[in-house]
Amino acid sequence: MELFELTVYELQEKIKKREISSEEIVKSIYKRINEVENTIKSFITLADEKNILENAKKIDAKNEYNGLAGIPYALKDIFCTSDFRTTCSSKMLENFVPTYNASATVKLREQDAILMGKLNMDEFAMGSSTERSAFHLTCNPWDLERVPGGSSGGSAAAVAAGEIPFALGTDTGGSLRQPAAFCGVVGLKPTYGRVSRWGVIAFASSLDQAGPITKDVRDTAIIMNEIAGYDSLDSNSLDVEVPDYTQFLNQDIKGLKIGYPKEYFQEYVTQEVKDAVINALKKYEELGAVVEEVSLPYTEYALPAYYLIAPAEASANLARFDGVRFGYRDTNAENVLDMFKQSRSAAFNNEVKRRILFGTNSLRSNNYEDYYLKAQKVRRLVRDDFTRVFKDYDVIVAPTTPTTAFKIGEQINHPIILYLNDIITVPVNLAGLPGMSIPCGFSDGLPIGMQLIGKPFDEGTLIKAGHAFEQSTDYHKAKPAVGVK
Amino acid sequence: MAYETVIGLEVHVELKTKTKIFCGCSTDFGAEPNTQVCPSCAGFPGTVPVLNKKAVELAVKAGLSLNCEIANYSKFDRKNYFYPDLPKAYQISQYDYPICGKGYIDIDISGESKRIGITRAHLEEDAGKLVHQGSITTTTSSLVDLNRSSVPLLEIVSEPEMRSGIEARLYLEKLRSILLFAGVSDCKMQEGSLRCDANVSVRPYGQAEFGTRVEIKNLNSFKALEKAIEFEAKRHVDAIEDGEELIQETRTWDDEKQVTKSMRTKEDAEDYRYFPDPDLPPIKLNEAFINDIKENLPELPDEAQKRLVEKYNLPNYDASLLTMTPDVLTFFDECMKEYEDAKVVSNWMMGELTRLLNQNNIELSESKINPEHLINMLQLINKGTISGKMAKTVFEEMFNSGKDPEAIIKEKGLVQISDEETLLATIEEVINNNPKVLEDYKAGKEKAFGFFVGQVMKATKGQANPAIVNKLLKEKLNGE
Ligand SMILES: [Zn+2]
Repeated sequence: MELFELTVYELQEKIKKREISSEEIVKSIYKRINEVENTIKSFITLADEKNILENAKKIDAKNEYNGLAGIPYALKDIFCTSDFRTTCSSKMLENFVPTYNASATVKLREQDAILMGKLNMDEFAMGSSTERSAFHLTCNPWDLERVPGGSSGGSAAAVAAGEIPFALGTDTGGSLRQPAAFCGVVGLKPTYGRVSRWGVIAFASSLDQAGPITKDVRDTAIIMNEIAGYDSLDSNSLDVEVPDYTQFLNQDIKGLKIGYPKEYFQEYVTQEVKDAVINALKKYEELGAVVEEVSLPYTEYALPAYYLIAPAEASANLARFDGVRFGYRDTNAENVLDMFKQSRSAAFNNEVKRRILFGTNSLRSNNYEDYYLKAQKVRRLVRDDFTRVFKDYDVIVAPTTPTTAFKIGEQINHPIILYLNDIITVPVNLAGLPGMSIPCGFSDGLPIGMQLIGKPFDEGTLIKAGHAFEQSTDYHKAKPAVGVK
Repeated sequence: MAYETVIGLEVHVELKTKTKIFCGCSTDFGAEPNTQVCPSCAGFPGTVPVLNKKAVELAVKAGLSLNCEIANYSKFDRKNYFYPDLPKAYQISQYDYPICGKGYIDIDISGESKRIGITRAHLEEDAGKLVHQGSITTTTSSLVDLNRSSVPLLEIVSEPEMRSGIEARLYLEKLRSILLFAGVSDCKMQEGSLRCDANVSVRPYGQAEFGTRVEIKNLNSFKALEKAIEFEAKRHVDAIEDGEELIQETRTWDDEKQVTKSMRTKEDAEDYRYFPDPDLPPIKLNEAFINDIKENLPELPDEAQKRLVEKYNLPNYDASLLTMTPDVLTFFDECMKEYEDAKVVSNWMMGELTRLLNQNNIELSESKINPEHLINMLQLINKGTISGKMAKTVFEEMFNSGKDPEAIIKEKGLVQISDEETLLATIEEVINNNPKVLEDYKAGKEKAFGFFVGQVMKATKGQANPAIVNKLLKEKLNGE
C-alpha cells in the first residue's frame, strides 16, 4: 500500500514508530495529486511542492511526533487562510488573501499539520454538486461523469481520491454529508456551536457548521479532537466540555436505541439507497442495537423553511461583497450605486443571485411575517420533533441522500430538483444537531451514504455507532479506481 | 388659528467603552484614518461579532439613570442597507427587543417641572465615515474611514412630548447632564459622541392627530436644535395657512443660512429588512446584574440639585445650572469645603465663569481655573485686599493662566488702598481742587458726592477701597 492510501491514524502510527517521515508522506501525496488531479480537479489552489517539502523536513527535524504533526490536509476554500487566497469559488474573491486564519484551522496549524491547499466548492457554498464553482468542475472519483456532490465537493472528492488524508468542509443544509455520501467517505457535521465559525465565510450563519471529511470514522474522531471546542471569537460557540472522541471507538453497541424515521424513507428515496440503509439497520440489530421506526412529522416542511431561512441570512451575509474594500470591483461605474450593482452583477453566479433575491424578498417588511417568521416557527417544530424522538432513542439513522451521485449537467438547470438533494440533511441543520454520513453500500459502483443523527453535543454516540458499523463492514475500505493503471 | 408644535427626539450617544462594541479595536477619537480597524469591524468575510460586555453594562446604567425599564431579554437585529461607509452592508442594531424600555426625564421650564417620556433606548454599532475629496456634489472620489465603524452607540428615543424648540433644547441638555453624571458617555457634540435628530410636526391646538412629520437630521449643537425646530414649525404653519401640502421627508439644518433643506422624501425611504442577527445570541440579563448597577449609580443631576437647595439654601435656578455637568458640580462642591457662602460661589460660577466659558467656547475642564484659587480670591475680597471690581480682572486672569490670585494681584498692582491717612490726603486734594462742586454739595446736590468719589477713584487708579472712601468723604464733608 502506498502512503497516500493510508488513513490519518495509520500515518500517525507509522510516524510515531519512525517508520516514515512527513517528507515521505508529502511526496506520496504529491505523486497521487499529480496522478489524478487533472481528472478529479478537486483543488482550487495547491501549495507549491518545494515549499511544502521544506516545511515537512522542518517538522521531521523537530523529531517530536504527536497529534497531527507532519500530516497533510486541505481545506474547503471557504476557510480563511493567510497563506492561500480564499475564494469561496467565486469571481468575487478570486484574488482575496485574508490577513487572518479561521479558528478551526489555527488549531491544526499549531499541531504542525501541513496545509496543502484549498478545495473546490459551489460558489459561496450554494449548490449540491460543485458545478456552481466559478472556476471549474470537480468530478466524482467513482465515476468521472458524475458530480462529487456539494457544496463541499472538492473536499469529499480529494479525500476519496487519496489526494489528501483528510479535509475540512462546511455543512449548511447537508453540504458536507451529501458529498461525503456521493464520494464514499465519512463526513461529520458537528452540533451547531461545537466548532468555531470564526474565519469561515458565512453562507447562512445560524446553520453553517464546519466539520471533518475523512476516510473512516476513527479519523473523524481524531480530527474532531483537534477542531472542536469553545472559541471566544465566535459568539455562538458553546462552552461545552469536549470529550476525547477516540474513547467512543471500539465500543459495544448492545442496547443502543436506534430510531429510523419513516419520513426519511419515502418514495423520493431510490430503492437501492433504501435497501442499503435497511441492510445497515439489520446489521445494527445483529450487533445488538434496538432498531425501531419513529416519526418526524414536520419533515416535509423542513426543506421549504430551510429555503427561506438560508437565503434570508445569505442575502445579508453576502451584502458586504460590494466592491468597496476587497474583492471584485467594477471600475467603469459612474457612481457608487452603479459600482455596487455592477460589481455584484458581474461577480456572483446565477444561483447566488437567485438566493440573494429569495432572501431579500422574504425579509421585506410586508413579507417578513408570512415567510421568514413562519419559517422560524417551522424550524422550532422541526427541532421539537427531534427532541421528542431523542427522549427515547440514542441515535437516528436515515439515508444521507435520496440518490447516489447524479451525472454532471443532469440537474444544473433544475434548481428545485437540485434542492431536493438536501431533503434528508436539512432538518439536522435546522435543529442544530450533529449528523454524520458514512458509507453503507454501493449501487452500480456508486457509494451510498448512511446518515447518523445525534443529540446536541453527542457526536460521541455517532462515532460509537458509526465505528461499530464500520468494524463489521468493508464499505469504507473500497477505493475508487481513479488513477489505477 | 393657533398651532402647537409636536417634537420627538432621537439621540445617539457614544458609550464610553475602551473598545468597540463587537471587536477589540480602540474607540479613541481623532486617530489617523483607518488605524483603529480590524477585519471584524471592517466587515471582512469570515469575521463574526463578539459583544463587548462593557457596552451592555453602560447601556443598562444609562437606562436606569433615565428611569427606563431594563429588559431581561433583548436581541440584536440586522438593519440592511448599502452604503460605502457601512462595511457589512448592514448595521447591527436592536429592533423589536431593545435593552431599555419606557422611561422619562424631568425638565424645568421657567420654574415648572415637565416630564418627558422616553420610548426606548437601544444598542447599536456606528458606521464609518466618508471623506469626500472636495465637495460632496463635485467630488470624483471619496475615501472611507472605518475608525468609527462598530463604535458602541445607545439610541435614546423620546416620546413626542416636547412643544417648542426651547423644550427640546432643555430636554437634550438634561439628557446630556444625566448621561454625563452617570458616566456612560462623554456627550461631546463636536466629536459626534452626542448626536440628535428631531421629528417635528405641527397641529391646531386641540387636535388629537399629529400633523405631517419631518425629520431633521444631524443637529450638532443645542442652538442648532432649537433654531431648526423653530424654523421648521414656522415653515409648517406657513404652509398650512397657505393651503400647501406638507410632505413627510428628511431634512438637514443649514447653520450658515439658518434654514432647513430637504434631503430625501418618504418615497425614497428604504425597507431595512430587519431580522434577528444570527451571529449574536440574545442578551439575557438577570435581576442581580441589573440591581448591582442600580445600587452603584452615582448621584444624578436631580438628586444633586435637591441637595444643593436643601443643604445650601440655593435657589432652584442656581442649583439647576450648577448641576449641568459633573465638572461644574464638583467645582462647586470643592469650593464649599473651604467657603461658607454658597450663594457667593454660585454667583461667581453662574456669572463670570459661565461668561468666560461661553466666550471661549470651552468646557470647565478645559479652563485653567481651580476651586482653591476662587476661594482665595473670595477671601481677599472679604479682607478688603481687592475690590469686587478688581476681582473680575483677577478671575479672568485665573481662568486664562491658572495663576493664584495673590500672584496676579502682585503682578498687576491690584492692591486696594485702605489706608485712611493716604486716602484722606487724596480726598482733601480732590475737595480743594473742586470748590464749585463743594458748594453744590453744601447746597444739597446729591450728585456732587458721587463726583467726589469718582475723582478719588480716578486719582488712585481705582485702587481705593470704595467703602472707606465713602466713609471718609462723608466724615470730611459733613464735619466741615
Ligand atoms: Zn475592529
